[in-house]
Amino acid sequence: MRPFRRASSRRRSATLPDRATAPARRGAPGTIGLVIAQVLIVAMLVVLAGRLWYLQVPMASYYQQAAEENRTQDLMVPATRGQILDAAGRPLVRNNTELVVSADFHALAQQEDGGAGVLTRLAEVLDTDYKELRGRTRLCGPTVSRPCWPGSPYQPITLAEDVEPKVALQIMERQEEFPGISAQQHAQREYPGGKAAAQVLGYLQPVTQDELEKRHKLRTQFSGVDQVGRDGLEAVYDQRLRGEAGLRKLAVDSKGNVTGMVKETAPEPGQHLVTGMDAKVQKITEEALAEGLDKARAEGKPADSGASVVLDVRTGRVVAMASVPTYDPKVWEGGIDQKTYNDLLSKDAGQPLTSRAVQGEFPPASTFKVSTLSAAVENGSSRDGIYNCPSSVMVGNRSFENYEGGAHGSISLRKAIEVSCNTVFYQLAYDMWKQDGGMKPKNPKDSMSRMAKGYGFGAPTGIDLPHESAGRIPSREWKKDYWETTREANCKLAKGGRGEGGAQDGYLLQVAKEQCKDGWVYRAGDAANFAIGQGDVLVTPLQLARAYAAIANGGTLYEPRVAKAFVSADGKTVDPVEPVKAGKLPISDETLKYLQTALRDVPKSGTARGAFTDFPLDQVPIAGKTGSASSNGKESSAWFASYAPADDPQFAVVALLSQSGTGGTNAAPVVRKIYDGIYGFAPKTDDAEGAKGAKPKKGKTEPAMPDGAPPKELPAVKPDGSVDLPEGFRP
Amino acid sequence: MKGGPAQVDPVTHLAPIRAPGRAARLMAAGVPRRVDWVLLLAVAALSLLGTLLVWASTLGHVDQAEAATFVERHLINLGIGFVGCLLVASVDYRKPRAYAPIVFVVAAVGLALVLTPLGAVVNGSRSWIVIGGFQAQPGEVAKIGLILGVGMLLGEPRDGERAPTTRDVLASLVALAVPMGLILAQPDLGTAMVLGVIYLSMLTLSGAPVRWVIGLIGCGLLAAGSVWWFGLLKSYQLARFATFIDPAADPRGAGYNANQAIIAIGSGGLHGTGLFKGEQTSGRFVPEQHTDFIFTVAGEELGFIGGVLIIGLLGAVIWRVLRIAARCEQPYGRLVCVGVAAWLTFQSFINIGMTLGIMPITGLPLPFVSYGGTAAIAQLVAVGLVLGIHARDRGFE
Repeated sequence: MRPFRRASSRRRSATLPDRATAPARRGAPGTIGLVIAQVLIVAMLVVLAGRLWYLQVPMASYYQQAAEENRTQDLMVPATRGQILDAAGRPLVRNNTELVVSADFHALAQQEDGGAGVLTRLAEVLDTDYKELRGRTRLCGPTVSRPCWPGSPYQPITLAEDVEPKVALQIMERQEEFPGISAQQHAQREYPGGKAAAQVLGYLQPVTQDELEKRHKLRTQFSGVDQVGRDGLEAVYDQRLRGEAGLRKLAVDSKGNVTGMVKETAPEPGQHLVTGMDAKVQKITEEALAEGLDKARAEGKPADSGASVVLDVRTGRVVAMASVPTYDPKVWEGGIDQKTYNDLLSKDAGQPLTSRAVQGEFPPASTFKVSTLSAAVENGSSRDGIYNCPSSVMVGNRSFENYEGGAHGSISLRKAIEVSCNTVFYQLAYDMWKQDGGMKPKNPKDSMSRMAKGYGFGAPTGIDLPHESAGRIPSREWKKDYWETTREANCKLAKGGRGEGGAQDGYLLQVAKEQCKDGWVYRAGDAANFAIGQGDVLVTPLQLARAYAAIANGGTLYEPRVAKAFVSADGKTVDPVEPVKAGKLPISDETLKYLQTALRDVPKSGTARGAFTDFPLDQVPIAGKTGSASSNGKESSAWFASYAPADDPQFAVVALLSQSGTGGTNAAPVVRKIYDGIYGFAPKTDDAEGAKGAKPKKGKTEPAMPDGAPPKELPAVKPDGSVDLPEGFRP
Repeated sequence: MKGGPAQVDPVTHLAPIRAPGRAARLMAAGVPRRVDWVLLLAVAALSLLGTLLVWASTLGHVDQAEAATFVERHLINLGIGFVGCLLVASVDYRKPRAYAPIVFVVAAVGLALVLTPLGAVVNGSRSWIVIGGFQAQPGEVAKIGLILGVGMLLGEPRDGERAPTTRDVLASLVALAVPMGLILAQPDLGTAMVLGVIYLSMLTLSGAPVRWVIGLIGCGLLAAGSVWWFGLLKSYQLARFATFIDPAADPRGAGYNANQAIIAIGSGGLHGTGLFKGEQTSGRFVPEQHTDFIFTVAGEELGFIGGVLIIGLLGAVIWRVLRIAARCEQPYGRLVCVGVAAWLTFQSFINIGMTLGIMPITGLPLPFVSYGGTAAIAQLVAVGLVLGIHARDRGFE
């Protein structure tokens, strides 16, 4: 080594005396050139060493990571998504494996013809046309409409689903003809109940590039074929249902050949979601609602939409929830095509994705009288007093009439609920309004709107479903805000008079004039309308069901929950979702008892008696209230809000049939059918089953819920995903 | 060391090299006054390192038998090279000078043959002749031929002259133009550049009028400019320059080599992964790793320490060659050394520079380290020339 050491020590001094002087001594040309050359060479070597230092010392970790990425390829192993089960363990959403043919976006793009040849051959094999396949391989964007790929270009693009094994084999065996195309097993969501509870369950769609970027940290949890919950339970509990994707780090060589496995993390399957729902009651509810709307349509009414909610009054859990119009969630499977998507969103379809039960806002009409009665009694009106029920009363300067002009003479408040006498409630509201100072309010108590809020109206219930509406309780402040935002339009209408651009209707003109001038004033008429759940009052069917559930259970308002528990994939760990109490009805026990008694009269002898004539009320007493929400120029909407059994309440059932008639005739029968189904009171027929030639059987149907109550125990989920139903429950 | 060549027995020291008996005889016959052991050992160390790195670079080959032949062939090439080196070193350096015209003609004929059907295209340039399974690169021979030829034309001033005359310079230009033209016809830009740099260095240090040097550099720049301007470069050459300017532009295409080279070197870190343990190397991510990109193997497996060792050894070789040049009393010997130094310097800098991403990618091997038959032999023979000059730089007693 000696020579090297010397070499380096010498080189440090760029101009060695012997080199600089020796040639000069001999007088040879080019001596200075040699010195310059040496300096140049040293500079070059220093540059190389410096650059080497930079790459290998400060930048080493960066390049080590680059090298790591170079020689490994991450492969996501998607976790099996958890099932969604009903309270007894019947699957509402389950997984079903099928063969899916998909394309690699980049692989196609890199082909000389952009994949045209491959897709043409594929179209032949799949028995579809090239244009369709080509369309599906484009990325969706503002200018690219369906069929297109809504997901990330790094995911395999689904081209065909539920492919015959023979076809899949053909594609995989002739890879040289189908570069960039693969056929793989793919877990697909399956809905055993078909359309049932479509809006509650929600749906999955491939994760978009946007979402992937937003969830940068979660990126590792998304595999190539990842789907993400977009609505309903699938969206709310997406993370728990999804589980955690596994990761296989594969060693690859420069050609991309896999040479081994560096690391493997097994996927952690998603948890099963056990809901408080009951598949059978859900089915009954959907059928009853659909029949009710059909009947209304047969009567010539628009019957454009409807909703029905069944709550467990003891826990606030959702037992069933139906919304019409609805759709079959099967449409989402494997990238929806443009036509289906357009149809789904079209006006004709009536927004089937929107849950009327949770998102729909409707005037509650007479079902709201429970709140008004509570407000009046808590405000000091005599509970046991006698009130006059004329066919009309003057409230302020306007006459307010009873429904269809009926009069009932002097009656109790109980009777006023039973026969749904509007004029009694108008007067109660008018009295409270006057008490608050009338047109010149002085520290108003606003008993009615406070009570309504106490019943949980005007604010979201906090249910575990997305996009919940708050409804509307029009307070004085609300009225002022509303006036300010609508004043301009109203004044224009008022100014225009009956002519061009003005109100065409005398009544509307009068309203416009009032609204323009002093629309912010909380008038007597506003109070009167409020009292019977009309005017500006809006509630969701879920809010109403919860309010009646609170009346039933002794005054506890629950935050409604669809979820009951999460069960680990192997069934071993159970994480219950406990009921959440949101508040207490702000009324005394006496008032509550009085209300309960009054509501029991309605199906027995009141406005809903027609629907319950042959119902065994002695076995299962029902408490309820009808409502018929009228709207200017439109068919009234039918409500029936109820709970049962009235003596030991278990369920609250609400039905709303928009533009379908009156509560007693059109909504109460729907609710009755639901009770029939729950308790097994429906006469047994073969209609529903469509049995071939089977004789009609005598007797009653089997109750949907044994003992008329939800199962007490959680279903036992086995590691393979199958479930043992509790005793007495049938699949 | 310098004073003690007599204490060293060249026979034992050169034992590992083939035909030691013959070499010893030749050494004895040629009376080597002194051997520059620093130069010889540095070259030997580089060759040894090179062999290990070539071996390491072939570990990832699927066919291990085929991979083994690379190391085998490399050793044979080195053997031939060292024998040639010692042969040339042991003879009176004026003798090869006498043969310079012959070497020159052989190289020119070889270069011409490359353009005939005997030539083979490798990596886009027609630089090889293949005769009966044996392939050679006449371009490497041309480098030696040019050094000897120009050395003769510029390094032998007639009586009373202190510097080459215009006629000498013109004659040397012709000696440059012939191989240069043939190589550009291949086209092999890298080798042509090496020839140009060798020539310019020799011309500059020959004492020829500065106007010639400046004029030629100007002409060279003009030529390069017009080549660029008129689009005479091949598309792959343009792509290499484009990726040199922005290596990330096309990481899977033209920039692939440059990118992968930097990743392999950078991932080695200070100490490297250890010989034969480089994963980038065994995964064969860097193309041409046993030849032009051999330095990436050193970078990954031997780290900064190994990389600097190679740079240092190359520096030592060049330093010794220049030192011999400076001490040589004969202009011819001095010029030959300068030519060899320019060759080794330019090729080392370009080669390592391209693996580090500071030079465009050109197909020039790393002297003494890269796998390659003709190149390895030519470089060792060139070292032999320098050693021979060193042995007799005090004149001829």
